[in-house]
Amino acid sequence: MEKFFFQYRTFKSVVMYGLCILSALIAVVPLVLIFYHTISLGIGALNVDFFTKLPKPVGEPGGGLANAIVGTMILVGLGSLIGLPVGVFAGVYLAEFGRNKFGTIIRFLTDVLNGVPSIVTGVVAYTVVVLPMKHFSAYAGGFALGILMIPIITRTTEEMLKTVPHSYREAALALGIPQWKTTLRIIIPAALGGIVTGIMLSIARAAGETAPLLFTALNNRFWHTTLNQPIASLTVFIYNYGVSPFEDWIAQAWAGALVLILLIFILSMVVRFATRQRY
Amino acid sequence: MKKFLMFLVVLFMANIATAQLQLNGAGATFPYVIYSKWFDEYQKKTGIQFNYQSIGSGGGIKQVIEGTVDFGATDGPMKDEQLAEAKTKQGTDVLHIPTVMGAVVATYNVPEIGKDLKLTSDVLADIFLGKITKWNDEKIAAVNFGRALPNKPIVVVHRSDGSGTTYIFVDYLSKVSEEWKSKVGVGTSVNWPVGLGGKGNEGVAGQVKQIDGSIGYVELAYAVKNDLPYASLKNKAGNFIVPSLESVTAAALNEAKKMPEDLRVSITDAAGKNSYPISGFTWLLVYKNQKDEAKAKALVGFLKWAFKEGEAFAPALYYAPLPKEVIALNEKKIASIQFNGKPIK
Amino acid sequence: MDVSPELQKTVSPKSFSWNFGDTVFKYLTQFFASLVLLMILLMAYEMYASSSLSIQKFGWSFLTSSEWDPVMDKYGALPFIYGTLVSSLLALVIALPLGIGIAVFLVELAPKWLERPFSFTVELLAGIPSIVYGLWGFFIMVPWLRSTVEPFFSKHVGFIPLFEGAPYGVGMMAAGVILSIMILPIIASISRDVLKAVPISQKEAALALGSTRWEATRIGLSYSRSGIIGATILGLGRALGETMAVTMVIGNRPVIKASLLEPGYTMASVLANEFTEATSEMYISALIEIALVLFVVALLVNASARLLVWSFTRNSDTGGRL
Repeated sequence: MEKFFFQYRTFKSVVMYGLCILSALIAVVPLVLIFYHTISLGIGALNVDFFTKLPKPVGEPGGGLANAIVGTMILVGLGSLIGLPVGVFAGVYLAEFGRNKFGTIIRFLTDVLNGVPSIVTGVVAYTVVVLPMKHFSAYAGGFALGILMIPIITRTTEEMLKTVPHSYREAALALGIPQWKTTLRIIIPAALGGIVTGIMLSIARAAGETAPLLFTALNNRFWHTTLNQPIASLTVFIYNYGVSPFEDWIAQAWAGALVLILLIFILSMVVRFATRQRY
Repeated sequence: MKKFLMFLVVLFMANIATAQLQLNGAGATFPYVIYSKWFDEYQKKTGIQFNYQSIGSGGGIKQVIEGTVDFGATDGPMKDEQLAEAKTKQGTDVLHIPTVMGAVVATYNVPEIGKDLKLTSDVLADIFLGKITKWNDEKIAAVNFGRALPNKPIVVVHRSDGSGTTYIFVDYLSKVSEEWKSKVGVGTSVNWPVGLGGKGNEGVAGQVKQIDGSIGYVELAYAVKNDLPYASLKNKAGNFIVPSLESVTAAALNEAKKMPEDLRVSITDAAGKNSYPISGFTWLLVYKNQKDEAKAKALVGFLKWAFKEGEAFAPALYYAPLPKEVIALNEKKIASIQFNGKPIK
Repeated sequence: MDVSPELQKTVSPKSFSWNFGDTVFKYLTQFFASLVLLMILLMAYEMYASSSLSIQKFGWSFLTSSEWDPVMDKYGALPFIYGTLVSSLLALVIALPLGIGIAVFLVELAPKWLERPFSFTVELLAGIPSIVYGLWGFFIMVPWLRSTVEPFFSKHVGFIPLFEGAPYGVGMMAAGVILSIMILPIIASISRDVLKAVPISQKEAALALGSTRWEATRIGLSYSRSGIIGATILGLGRALGETMAVTMVIGNRPVIKASLLEPGYTMASVLANEFTEATSEMYISALIEIALVLFVVALLVNASARLLVWSFTRNSDTGGRL
């Protein structure tokens, strides 16, 4: 009887572990499928024109999404103008001075901000930027993306600064170097690789965002002429083209998705590589 | 990091170098196909860029009221109170300028039926009210005598966004069905009794194409370009009319006689034996008193071009060009556009 | 300044001469840190102020009314709240067992060389943009659900209200499945971190008492329960706010139906669909109020998840970094 019970327990152990392996396999399936479909459906429309030409009107074949690719870069760039300084300095504060109540609250709020849905950020950018300026504009899109970038940069900057050994700080202070110089010239350079990693993560996230751009940057079929007007972005184009009934537009949507995935993939590889050296 | 910033600076510089006059507009998806053609042609000709985003007629009206665009577009005319709101907010009247006409068609995806489904106004209203739920319902069978109808559920697809296509469609349903009028009403977005929502004409056509047993309403061009079958409808005179440019023009000619001064007119459920009943104008919304002289000139130039040369592109894209009578009315409207109280030369 | 306790003891702050640069530096960084707080306050205030019209007119009934009628200008958010909750919970029901399974696999079973590439894969899954999931869901997953999965359900368990109705493909089920794929990486990677933080002595003790390996794992799992709950809530937080992918597959119809095969609507997707198109002041105000509701829900969910995860990992070597 006892032996039987033990066998049952061993059997159960094997079954449960089997289920664990199964769930790991299941998790890989959608990833493989998404990659497979995006590549197989997107590669056809991916050519030189895609990166260099403007979109064509409905029904005329050819054309590309050059303006959307540049638009995404500009939007992310504008977002970085907000996200980088706020994120990095807030991270420095948390790492260097943050061992108090205020620091704990900010750390907590940063994590909470990270969980605010991006579409909500878009609504706020609409009421704060679009309505007063009376225009959909690249600025509004950049503002929304900037808010999204802050928490990621803040938290990684903090974590990375904390990995710099205390002896660095002590040595610098012992030499009579003021603290701000110590931080800017010694601590930050020492952790630079990690900080850049965080920045790239935030760029990857911002580049893939659609929802906050729908009613801030809107879209544009041409090159933008100033940043004070609607601007194209790859993600919004993928959305508009993806739900359209035109075959060539759908193909271009897949091609856009492929470009985005490749971008994310490359950034992730770089991030992996950068952090691997450190640990 | 420095390289990245340098890169940004270069991008911004590049912008200044290519600066060009660009007008922003937003609104209806119904005329999107011809507008994108027009704006493309006009840009080749003059270099002026009209960036038009098809976000839906409701959006077009709202953006015009808020002043976030240089011009708007809609398939359902603005209401009086919306015009008044725009006037208080923007300090100018908004002109309705009809550009082309089109048909809203009931498009469906039922492989067993194939093309040429026949519908009456009652059947169409009942389907969209959720009272007819199967394709082999006897009411459908009654007008499609001798056709094989499958025992499949009907999947209704409608617009999820505010839309002039919706406006034309429900405007028609309200005229022909008391129940629709009292239960649902007319608007650019309504509280649909049944169905799935798709975004834009593109979204509805996309859903219909994907779902077996579905029926939705899109503008004629979207159905034709996607090889989707569409139903012929029984009109006021009692004839089954296939939606086409001719049957739309027939509807417009019958109704254009009583065109009001502000050009806001509904031509659904039109009289006349060849009139397709779900036809409509689509309008550009233009501020009467413009704030920017360069943009005002560009806009007036474009409008003049559109009615002189642009209309010729319409039939190939499944829009009905305007009757001469309406173009004459338009030219009067265009002449009334002003900058700082002075007419545009 | 973060110096080691020994140094702090030996050099008291007073012995430093007052340093202007340091003070400026500290307040400068503190200013930027406060911006995070200001940002959240600004968001809350902006949305509250912009939705005052609808808040005044509908009051609390906004949350309990299921009428969404732009023609009559009457708005109630219940169908969207319902759709958001049901699609997110469905996603959790699918993703939670899988996520825990993956975490156990990575911590207990996977050979060392497999762990890195596998966790890289899972992270990649987390990095794919929402719009790509949407595109894939719309063109690949929805047709599959419509032709294979949903007919199977309606045929075999169609008598249960949960699986009643025609297989549209798009609908609550599609939203739940696509969301589960999207939140799986969060649940899996945090569960892995908390499982790793379980002291090895726990497991050793269980094995020494004659447990099977699975039983030892179970003990580890129950030890890290609060961390895993935190991971679950974080996953929930992401699912609640997910916009593009859900908008493309949920069917966009504001109704409350028991069946998972029926279309639904979420708070995020009604914003994506209707925000630029809303014509009347009341309409836009109601939409902003929905954004406000979503914001508050997301704040609550994330705050409680963070608190749970923090309380668990604070003392372990992961340092609460997720």
